[in-house]
Amino acid sequence: MKQPPSSGRFLFTLAALLGLLALTIGVAYVDLGPFNTTAALTISVAKAVLIVMIFMGIRGRSPLIWVALGTGFFFLAIMFVLSMSDFLTRGWK
Amino acid sequence: MSDPAIAHAAQFDDATQQREAATFGMWVFLATEILFFGGMFLGYAAYRRAYPAAFAAASRHTLLAFGATNTAVLLISSAMMAFAVRAAREKRRAALAWRLFATAALGLLFLGIKGFEYAREFSEHLLPGASFHFDPPYTNQAEMFFYLYFLMTGVHAIHVTIGVVLIAIFGSRAWHTDAFARNDTAVDLLGLYWHFVDIVWVFLFPLIYLVERHS
Repeated sequence: MKQPPSSGRFLFTLAALLGLLALTIGVAYVDLGPFNTTAALTISVAKAVLIVMIFMGIRGRSPLIWVALGTGFFFLAIMFVLSMSDFLTRGWK
Repeated sequence: MSDPAIAHAAQFDDATQQREAATFGMWVFLATEILFFGGMFLGYAAYRRAYPAAFAAASRHTLLAFGATNTAVLLISSAMMAFAVRAAREKRRAALAWRLFATAALGLLFLGIKGFEYAREFSEHLLPGASFHFDPPYTNQAEMFFYLYFLMTGVHAIHVTIGVVLIAIFGSRAWHTDAFARNDTAVDLLGLYWHFVDIVWVFLFPLIYLVERHS
């Protein structure tokens, strides 16, 4: 593994994460119709990407790590897609 | 790249291979954790889709100020952990110990705030069970929201507790021995676990506290 990022990068990342936290709370009070949840989850994904890329330093690691991470998300996607293809197409609310 | 100063076990060619095997093992564990939490998120998604109005009403009974504070506490603890991992890499033993203790303290603060929330919700009869109370018409659906709330935050809190205990033990070892100055892999892996726990909360936070807050 390469040298981890500098202190400045960690602090900048923390500031960005706290900014995104404030943003997600602010956006929740704006009526975006069906897109409030989309906005909230998009911000969560952005925060997760920052944590994985900078704090967990995935870029400096072995390519094998991407296989483990990718496999986890691949099977998560299968679970959600197959399950929701049932729930979303049922007649009940 | 191999550091001859780091001892490696008999099954590895060198210390680099040992480090990569250990790191890969932690990421595989985290992949199983994604699926472990994923099942609960799927349950949440299915019920929220079925009862959107009830979930919005129930979410407004959660304590947003405490949830937001806790999110900030966990994000700061993650940054502190990243600094600890770097101290281990640079073989700065005292800095490593203090940064680990600070991370553990932030984890404890998170658990304290969460415990306060649980106490408030318990006294407001929001804990699912015989004494659960929520104004009609959403009583049963709100109970499902709070069942998912206590399950998901509870399982997450168990993860935080395990993290705090491990981080405190590591901090103590860093303070008293030079084990991590010789080999910092374990600190790196503990850091990965802690960041993962942080990421789970990043997704829990809006799904619990911010459902349709605008209406």
